Amino acid sequence: MKELMVRAIYCESLGYEASFSYIHAIKLAQQGAGLEKRVGYLAVSLFLNENHELLLLLVNTVLKDLQSTNLIEVCMALTVVSQMFPKDMIPAILPLVEEKLNHPKEIIRRKAVLALYKFYLIAPNQVQHIHNKFRKALCDKDPGVMTASLHIYLQMIQENPEGYKDLTASFVTILKQVVGGKLPIDFNYHSVPAPWLQIQLLRILSFLGKNDQSVSELMYEVLDESLQRAEMNHNITYAILYECVRCIYTIHPKSELLEKAAQCIGNFVLSPKINLKYLGLKALTYVVQQDPKLALQHQMTIIECLDHPDLIIKRETLELLFRITNAQNVMVIVEKMLEFLRVSTDDYTTIDLVGKVAELWFIETMNTVFSVGGDMMQPDIPNSFLKLLSEGFDCVEDDRKLRLFAVDSYISLLHGEPGKLPQRFLQVISWVLGEYSHLREELEPASVLRLLEKLLDMKQTSSETKNWVLMAMTKLCVGGASVSVAQQVSETYISSMDTVLRQRAQELQHFGQDSEVRTRVLPRDTDLENTIFDVDSSLSFLDGFVSEALAAGAAPYKPPHQRQEELAQAKALSLEPYGLSLPISMSSCSIADRQSPTPLSMSSGLSTTLKLDGVKRVWGREGYLVQRESVEETAQVEVPSPLRSPSQQAEANGSHSQTPTQTPTPEPEQEKQQLAASLFFGLSSQSSVCLMGKSGPTSHRFRRKAKGQGSISGATEQTSKTKLNDSDIKGSDPSLSEDSGLVAADSEDMNPHEDPERPKDLCLSSHLPAELSGLCHSEISPLCSIQSLDLSACHVQKDDSLVLVIFIQNSSDSAIRQIPLDLDSDELEVMYYVSRVSDSPVEDVRSHDVAVYQYSLTVKRPSVHVEVVGTVSCPVGTPQTVRFSYKLPLTTFIRPLTLSTEEYGTMWLAFSHDTKQNLTLISDDPEPLTATLSVLKRKLQLHVVEIIGMEGILACRLLRDRPCLMHCRVHAGALAVWLRSPVPDLPDCLIYHCQRALQED
Amino acid sequence: MRFLLLFSRQGKLRLQKWFTPISEREKKKIIRDMTSMVLARQPRSCNFLHWKDLKIIYKRYASLYFCLAVDNQENELLALEVIHRYVELLDKYFGNVCELDIIFNFEKAYFILDEFLIGGEIQETSKQVVNRCIESSDMLQETMEEYMSKPAF
Repeated sequence: MKELMVRAIYCESLGYEASFSYIHAIKLAQQGAGLEKRVGYLAVSLFLNENHELLLLLVNTVLKDLQSTNLIEVCMALTVVSQMFPKDMIPAILPLVEEKLNHPKEIIRRKAVLALYKFYLIAPNQVQHIHNKFRKALCDKDPGVMTASLHIYLQMIQENPEGYKDLTASFVTILKQVVGGKLPIDFNYHSVPAPWLQIQLLRILSFLGKNDQSVSELMYEVLDESLQRAEMNHNITYAILYECVRCIYTIHPKSELLEKAAQCIGNFVLSPKINLKYLGLKALTYVVQQDPKLALQHQMTIIECLDHPDLIIKRETLELLFRITNAQNVMVIVEKMLEFLRVSTDDYTTIDLVGKVAELWFIETMNTVFSVGGDMMQPDIPNSFLKLLSEGFDCVEDDRKLRLFAVDSYISLLHGEPGKLPQRFLQVISWVLGEYSHLREELEPASVLRLLEKLLDMKQTSSETKNWVLMAMTKLCVGGASVSVAQQVSETYISSMDTVLRQRAQELQHFGQDSEVRTRVLPRDTDLENTIFDVDSSLSFLDGFVSEALAAGAAPYKPPHQRQEELAQAKALSLEPYGLSLPISMSSCSIADRQSPTPLSMSSGLSTTLKLDGVKRVWGREGYLVQRESVEETAQVEVPSPLRSPSQQAEANGSHSQTPTQTPTPEPEQEKQQLAASLFFGLSSQSSVCLMGKSGPTSHRFRRKAKGQGSISGATEQTSKTKLNDSDIKGSDPSLSEDSGLVAADSEDMNPHEDPERPKDLCLSSHLPAELSGLCHSEISPLCSIQSLDLSACHVQKDDSLVLVIFIQNSSDSAIRQIPLDLDSDELEVMYYVSRVSDSPVEDVRSHDVAVYQYSLTVKRPSVHVEVVGTVSCPVGTPQTVRFSYKLPLTTFIRPLTLSTEEYGTMWLAFSHDTKQNLTLISDDPEPLTATLSVLKRKLQLHVVEIIGMEGILACRLLRDRPCLMHCRVHAGALAVWLRSPVPDLPDCLIYHCQRALQED
Repeated sequence: MRFLLLFSRQGKLRLQKWFTPISEREKKKIIRDMTSMVLARQPRSCNFLHWKDLKIIYKRYASLYFCLAVDNQENELLALEVIHRYVELLDKYFGNVCELDIIFNFEKAYFILDEFLIGGEIQETSKQVVNRCIESSDMLQETMEEYMSKPAF
């Protein structure tokens, strides 16, 4: 019988039907003994699946065997139970299996635990009551049973990490013992102690430590130890390392461990073994969201993997790229994905990838379309876009992702320079943010509100856009938070001239004040399609109001055409009926009237959605895919979005023209470099420009203009015209206060030689231009002399610029005309700007007088010291040219940068150039970190963002608006400093100055 | 772990183990997919594959392909080691195992697998312990056979 059954199994596995033997298999399991029984069980487990009706016949057999005194029979029963057992029969055997947890033989206990694990998987509620027995299994004296119980814990902790935090210490201890080799040698696998157990524990720890600092702290030590113990020699150690790395990146971060883990990933990625490379890519994909810089380090390897013959590697690489996609590199990445799609044959992959491409491409392309097409578009394009976004596709998850992606990209756009975006795009942005920004949970409504407020403050924002923005704010206020911003805004606009705006502001104010109305009118989390708004078109809720008004003697309402007729008859003035004011009065009364606020304010709050109904759907799920080619072409041309600076644009264009692979260039390496540049583009140089507005130069010039001495240069006029925005207006405030200084300086200017005895320096400083005299300037140092001319210079640090002032003193008796003075520098951009007397750099110097030249300096290329080289020639007598140079430390260009810790965090990740060094700590102070940082703050004008324990973060900017971030940590009596910036060389130069500053102190 | 398949280079199935309930038709389809996917792999490519939302880890030992499907977040290298350990166990039991051993004694291969993995999880990682279990049940079989073959008088 046994032999026959084996043959039946064989037939079945060859694909021949042998269903006639099923019943015999059950019989064999029931009646056979020893090995026969075993074959019977095996046949049953192979033939039948969990829902097969014959399986019911097996329950009795299992029951009998569980009670058997024969160990092997019990084992067999437990094995088959944990393999396949009908769900509804579990209660019948559960007590017996539970009983086996106390069995003297460890193998039985272990199998019982695993059987219970299986039960937990298929019917978790039935094993609820034995949780404490699992704890007992975890403490079992036999490591095998303990290992088995970890399966259950892994599952349970994955579902509910909060409930098992108290066990962390035990898991850590177990792992410590395992790593330390305390287990019996039986558990070693290729001389690695219990790798499966280790990995199981690491996984549990990563679930426990996720987003929990205190729990994470418990495990740092053991993680470090297992990283060290795992020597690179065998696949299994790589498996452990990989799990360690994942754990380290999942739990609350610790910088030392992260460093080690990053190194491990490096080893993986660079490994010649293809399996390890694959895992390395996978690990990178996992960590890249937290640390995009890591991808930058390995960019060449990634590019190589992109061309790997193995499709699996290629796909994993694309997955990685998908994670680092941003506005700058999206086109290249999407192109790569499409390329892959063309060669891929697997349906599942295709679906997955198409979804991603659509997600990335769609929003990004629409962004480009909007920002380029701008106001020239027909209004139904944005409308249908919004309709598509709100109705979504068939899959809920896809919709959510798409919306999230839209929210993310719009937020980043608003962080940039929203002033350049077209009005219609701003409208779309505010609608999306109002509607969906709650999907992104970590995003605070307050910050969104602030962004929107910025839009309102902009001059060029049209009142229509302001309407949209206010509506979005109204929706955002539903969250309850940040009402104060809304209140402030609504107060500003409540007195606006535009009636519609005023209405919106009214609404906003009411919602802000009354949370009850708010929740009733704008219910949270409702799907637009599912909620039916019954807009009461007959306005019946106004009946009471109307009848009251009628009773009070008001004239009955007449429809417009009737009125027109009457007016025509009366030959009176032909007045248009008040189209706008009518609904306003109604809606404001509806808000005041608590009884029926819903329909009308709903219709106003959501008018955008309602408006969409009649619009043709331009992009359906299939529709836009069909049109993809054509739109993509336009997008290709228009890639440079207004977010980028011209130089970046040029770079991007260059890389785009290089990337198509059909034209192989003779230097594939170079091509790869370029591809890398375009792929990792956004990661390295992103947000250096867009994080801060370009208020610096404009406001400065504006001040000059405000001085009103009639010497406005052409250049000034141009720039202030084009960049006249609110920052200029703000900039004009300080100039008012400086006017008093101006008068004082001028009066002094009248008689500069009043006191010939006073030192030369002082005498020259009186010549400082009025608006600079209030600021501190450096010592005036002589540069050179030529014939009767003496040149000296000093620099003045202003908030937003550095001004180099050159004095030319004429000691001769005759006026010298037209002194040619040229300045140049390798590191600096030198811009002449208007002197007090004349607007050209060539001017006259009267006898015994001083001419003042001002130059504004900007750093082109950071260096520790920067130098301005100039030549001057004296036109009088024999022509003679003299060279001079003026040296400045880089610190004169450093200004504090005020930002919040969150902003710091996002910026930190975006910057690519960094440097690390240990600096000396000021040790005689009770609080060395604070003392050291305050020295840095004083001497280098760094802004201390926050000090957390033994760590501090600082920020500064290099004129103009090039940020540099600094992270310091007290470690072993020294200050470990890590600087990051988007500008190359800046961190290195800055660390030099930090070092100097601390040494001098 | 979801399932383990053993098949030859010609695509003939040698051993199948399903750890989650799957219908017959589905099984047939999976087997077909797996054999075609794995056999089509180029020699110097990696041992991992994506299939639907699962990871397929395969390894070739002589003429036999071992193919293990795991969940997406599982550790691939570890799965590879599971396969390797199973081969080691077979090797130890049969003594220099070859495909023919598995064809003729496939029920033994199943028993070893049952001792090694239970319900899709590793049960026993020690070679010695697994072998001891198998041997003890073999002993049982022999004693039973002896018992049965004894003249019944």
